[in-house]
Amino acid sequence: MMNSRFFVPLSCVIIFSALVGIGFIIPQWAMFLATMALAKGLVALGIVILMRAGLVSFGQGLYFCIGAYVSGLMANWTGITDIILLSILGILVSVILATVCAKLLSGYRGIFFAMLTLSLSMILYGALSKMSMIGGTDGLNVSAPTFLGFAPEGRALGFSLYFYTCLVSVIAGGFIRVYFNSERGLTALAIRDNELRVEYLGSSVKSAISAGYIMAAAVGGLGGVIAGLAIGHVDPEYAYWTTSGEFVFVAILSGFFSITAVFASSIVLEIVRSFSNLYFPNTWQLVLGVFLLIVILLLPNGLGSLFNKLRRRGDSE
Amino acid sequence: MDLLAVILVDGLIYGAWLFIVSVGLTLTFGVLNILNMAHGGLYAIGAYTTATAVGIYFANGGDAFPLGSYAVMVFAALLVAVVLGPLLERGLLRHFYDRDHVVIVLVTYGIFLILEDVMKLIWGVTPLFVSEPYSLLGNVEMGPLFYVTYDFLVIGVAIVAGLIVWYVLNRTRQGKVVLAVIHDREMSRTMGVNVNKVFMVSFMAGVFLAALGGALTAPMISVSPGISVNVIILAFAVVIIGGLGSIEGAAIGALFVGIARAASVHMLPAAELFIIYLVMAAVLVFRPEGLFPKTEARKI
Repeated sequence: MMNSRFFVPLSCVIIFSALVGIGFIIPQWAMFLATMALAKGLVALGIVILMRAGLVSFGQGLYFCIGAYVSGLMANWTGITDIILLSILGILVSVILATVCAKLLSGYRGIFFAMLTLSLSMILYGALSKMSMIGGTDGLNVSAPTFLGFAPEGRALGFSLYFYTCLVSVIAGGFIRVYFNSERGLTALAIRDNELRVEYLGSSVKSAISAGYIMAAAVGGLGGVIAGLAIGHVDPEYAYWTTSGEFVFVAILSGFFSITAVFASSIVLEIVRSFSNLYFPNTWQLVLGVFLLIVILLLPNGLGSLFNKLRRRGDSE
Repeated sequence: MDLLAVILVDGLIYGAWLFIVSVGLTLTFGVLNILNMAHGGLYAIGAYTTATAVGIYFANGGDAFPLGSYAVMVFAALLVAVVLGPLLERGLLRHFYDRDHVVIVLVTYGIFLILEDVMKLIWGVTPLFVSEPYSLLGNVEMGPLFYVTYDFLVIGVAIVAGLIVWYVLNRTRQGKVVLAVIHDREMSRTMGVNVNKVFMVSFMAGVFLAALGGALTAPMISVSPGISVNVIILAFAVVIIGGLGSIEGAAIGALFVGIARAASVHMLPAAELFIIYLVMAAVLVFRPEGLFPKTEARKI
C-alpha cells in the first residue's frame, strides 16, 4: 500500500475535489440530497466509531437533534448565522453533554447500551415536545446560514452548503481514519473481540469507550447543525428513535471497515428512499425493508467489505 | 377516592396492558435470543385482524350473542400467530441466527418496515373502529369515578397469560425442554431435542402474545397506521427494566412503568411523554442489566 502518512490527506483531497466537481454538474435537488446524505453520514460515522468497539448506539438522534436545535436557537436568540460558528457551538454542546453521559454509559454493553442511549434521546424528544416556548412538536424555523460574512441565496446557498458539508465531512473522515489507525483507535477492535483481555493488558476499556462516544457525539452534533440549516426547520422528530434507527441502518449497511463506505451508504440509502418515495409512494417502507434484508443477507460485513475486497485484490497484483 | 388510590388503579390497568404487549417480546428474547422489533408490527396486525374479524362477527348476527366477540378476538390473534409465526421464523429469521445481536435487531427492523406497508396495503389508511367489546361489560363504580369493566378484563387476561406462560415453562415437560434450549442450545441438540421446533413454537407463542395484545387493544382505540411504532419502544422499556428474557421481570417492569405513568399523568402531566424512559434510565443506572438479569459465565 501507499505510504500511509500521505495516504489519508491525499485521498481526502482527491475525494473532496471529486465531490465539489460533482457539485457543479448535478441539479439542485440532487445537491440537497447529497448535503443531507453527508450530514446523516456524519452521524452514522459516530455509530461506526462505537461499532468498532462492539457497541451500537440507538440514540445518536440525541446529538443530531441538539446540533439542529443549537443552529435554530442561536440564530433566533443571538442572531448568529455564521455556519462555522454554529458548527463549533453545536459540537461544543454535544461534547459537553456526551462527556456527562459517557460517565454513565461507558459501563454498559450490548443491548443495554443501545437501549440506554435510546432512552436518553427519547427523554430529549419528550422534553422538547412539551416546551411550547421553543415550538413544541412544531419545532422552529432556522434562518439561512452565512459563510464568513458571505450571505448567498438560491442556488448559490445550496452550493455553498454543499461545499461546506463536503469540506467538513472529508476533514472529519480524515481525522477519524487517522484515529482508527492509531493505537487508541485499534484498542476499540480489541475491545470488540474481548474486553477482559484488554483490561488485563493494561488499557482502560471505559476510557476508550468514553472517548469513542464523545467523538461520536461531536460528529453527530455537526451533522445535526448542517441538517438543520439545510432543511431550514427543526423539530423534536430529530431525536425520535426512528431517526436514530436510520443512522444505525446506515452504519450496518457500511460496516466498520471503511469510512468512505459510511458516506457512500448514506447516499445509497437517501437515493433508495427518495426514488422509492417517488415511484412507490405508498410502499416505500416495504422497499426499504426488503433492501435492508437483502443487504444484510448478501453483504454480512457491509458495503465496506466490498471496498476492502477490491483493495486487497489491487494489492495482490 | 384519594389520589393515591386513583393512581394505583390507573397504574394497574396500564401496567396490565403493558405486560400483555411486552411478555411476548421477553419470551422471544429468552428462547431465541432475538430482540424483535417487529413485535410492534405483529401487535398492530393483531389489532387489525381483530377489528376485521369482530366487524364481520357483528355484521353476521353476532348481536344475538355479543360475548362471543371475545372468542373471536382470541381466534384472530391465534390466526395471526399460526400464519405469520412460521413464515417469519422459518422463512427469514433462521438465516440470521449466527449473526451479531445488533444485526438481528436490524433484520427485525426491516421486517417491521415491511409489515407497516403490508398493513397499509391490506387495510388501507382509514381508521377502523370496533368498540362493541369495550362497552359490552358496562362500567364499575369506584367512589366518585367510573371505570370501564373491560379495563379490569385486561388485568385478568394479563394475570392469566402470565401464569400460563410461567406454568408451561416451569411445570411442564415441554417447558423444561424450552428451558434446556435457553440454557444451552448445542447441548440440547446433542441430547436429541429438536431445537428448530422449539424455536418455531416459541416464536409463534411470542407472535400470539403480541397479536393478543393488539386484539385486546383494538376495541379501546381507533385502529390506524402508526399504532405499532410506540408499542415497540414501550415494550422494549418494560422488558429492559425487568431484565431481558425474564417473565417475572416483565410483570414487575410493567407494573413499575404503569404506576409511574399514572402518577405522572395525575401529578406532572408534562412528563408523561418521557416518564417511561426516565424510569428505564433510572432502573438501568442502579441495576445495569435490569431487575432480573440472566446470569452468565465470564469468558476470558
